[in-house]
Amino acid sequence: MKSHRIFVPNDATAVACGADRVARKLEAGLLARGITADIVRNGSRGLFWLEPLVEIETELGRVGYGPVKPSDVDDLLHGGFLTGADHPLCVGVVDEIPYLKRQTRLTFARIGIIDPLSLTDYKAHGGYRGLERALTLGPAATVEEVVDSGLRGRGGAGFPTGIKWRTVAAAPADQRYIVCNADEGDSGTFADRLIMEADPFCLIEGMTIAGLAVGATRGYVYSRSEYPLAFVVMEKAIEKAREAGLLGENILGSGLSFDMEMRMGAGAYVCGEETALLESLEGKRGLVRAKPPLPAHKGLFQKPTVINNLVSLATIPVILDKGGKYYRDFGMGRSRGTMPIQIAGNVKYGGLFETAFGIPLGELVNEIGGGTLSGRPVKAVQAGGPLGAYLPVSQFDTPFDYEAFAARDALIGHGGIVVFDDTADMAGMAKFAMEFCAHESCGKCTPCRIGSTRGVETIDKVIAGERREANLAILTDLCHTMKLGSLCALGGFTPYPVMSALTHFPEDFGAAPKLPAAAE
Amino acid sequence: MAVFEDWSTERAAQVIAEHRHLEGATMPILHALQETFGFVPDPAVPMIAETLNLSRAEVYGVLTFYHDFRREPPGRLVVKLCAAEACQAMGGKALAAYAEEKLGVDMGETSTDGRVTLEPIYCLGLCACAPSALVDGRLVGRLDREVIDDIAHCVANGTSFGDA
Repeated sequence: MKSHRIFVPNDATAVACGADRVARKLEAGLLARGITADIVRNGSRGLFWLEPLVEIETELGRVGYGPVKPSDVDDLLHGGFLTGADHPLCVGVVDEIPYLKRQTRLTFARIGIIDPLSLTDYKAHGGYRGLERALTLGPAATVEEVVDSGLRGRGGAGFPTGIKWRTVAAAPADQRYIVCNADEGDSGTFADRLIMEADPFCLIEGMTIAGLAVGATRGYVYSRSEYPLAFVVMEKAIEKAREAGLLGENILGSGLSFDMEMRMGAGAYVCGEETALLESLEGKRGLVRAKPPLPAHKGLFQKPTVINNLVSLATIPVILDKGGKYYRDFGMGRSRGTMPIQIAGNVKYGGLFETAFGIPLGELVNEIGGGTLSGRPVKAVQAGGPLGAYLPVSQFDTPFDYEAFAARDALIGHGGIVVFDDTADMAGMAKFAMEFCAHESCGKCTPCRIGSTRGVETIDKVIAGERREANLAILTDLCHTMKLGSLCALGGFTPYPVMSALTHFPEDFGAAPKLPAAAE
Repeated sequence: MAVFEDWSTERAAQVIAEHRHLEGATMPILHALQETFGFVPDPAVPMIAETLNLSRAEVYGVLTFYHDFRREPPGRLVVKLCAAEACQAMGGKALAAYAEEKLGVDMGETSTDGRVTLEPIYCLGLCACAPSALVDGRLVGRLDREVIDDIAHCVANGTSFGDA
């Protein structure tokens, strides 16, 4: 009789919700019943409200059950879930779940499907085809393929990735570096984590292609202490890639070399800023550098460095495999390709939703996200992490696009959206934005270091009703100074959440309640 | 529960030697020392400085810049509650207040009896199953009062958290 294949996710979300205990319970239950089965620890499909989502391979496809608690396991085994039998927890064939089916998964095509540490699985699902094609094309044509794809930095700044690569390739040097920014500190984001935990070879392949394209032989992934599982999975994957000759000398017989290693941050949000990250990698305090010089000219240890967001690098394999034009044909305006949108906070169906640029914000929150988990009305969403604006429901028609968000004084950042219900106190959230900036400021520039603390004090005065108008004028002026005078996005973008909260929710700052707006 | 070694100069020298060959070795060394001893005691600073040919001030600067590195031993159980926006959207602040009350320690402090350290953490990337926490190195999603009661129970009885 054919052995059963059971998938129990092991990404951080599933584990945090009890997946390890479910796996142990399942193993014991199978043993007690004398059933032989393979328990595969896959990554996660990114449908987090269903985690732990246990899947069974059947003739119809992989049938899912979730969210499974350890106490559900006996009942599932008793109910015949090994044959895909119906059960209150059954969600049917996972690939047919509308949340998954309506996505366009290019970067995240393999997550949750494969065993993250199986190179065989990775290759069976299209892995390393991108690298093979890059080797056929040669370095210069590889860079041009990335330029053609229209890929822009997925960390938030949106700078064209290919142009960065071209600059580094052209910079004369005895050593160049590839640095992956995996310091994903924004609340409401988990795309980098998911790649590292669910499809680590994809990042390794992307960095290898980058290295060969620009002539860099060394790479670093700078991740976070808050992501302990991701770090372990990546280290194991790097070791496996080395053993298979996919990292190191003479990769796939090309005569070219590239190797990489993991590095861990230490709880400093500002190290997500690329120059602070480079300082940290060099073993220093995470102080932001003034630009120029650009990292592409003088980056890590003053050598030309490609520093890209993890999602950008993990998108390289599919671009090389299918071609820049294929990727560019998704999206709108100058935002080409797909974006992994991370739906989080007070939301019914939180998870990863990769789709072409252009989808309206309201559709993401209400249709895909299903509205709030609390069942109360949505008040606002914060898009783009702690430095992103709060958007009210009246702006839910905004398409997910770099420029459309910018036109509304907002940013898409790394693609996180955090949903709040009507109990949220927006003056409190504005104050938190300033507090966070004060807590995380590297201290190098005055607007950020001092401005954030003064901002907290001033918002406190507004909340207390002390000289409200005068203090609001000071707050507005302070935000203006921080925005224009800070060295990096930490001080420069903190005004986005503060000013958007104030603009859209003045009643939370003690103003008379707004009358319902007339139709625009 | 995490068990750390007692400070010893020989052991520290060994840990430092294991990582000194790395490019930008300061951070990996500090992490390794903290993993070994639970914190980075002051005598480690001149040792790192000498090995890496840096000034003590430079090493001290790095040690004190990053929120993760400790200069004092942590409590036996370290509880980190996510304080970022997605967890706030799911009632994180009220839970943090509840934890302070149940554990008898303020946020950012170690209890005087050394049983527990309570700290904020800014985002575990578990934002779709908020609120979340890292308790003694274990990730916890969908955190509620019941879990905090469990943690308080572990602290009071000196038992490990998890596996229940």
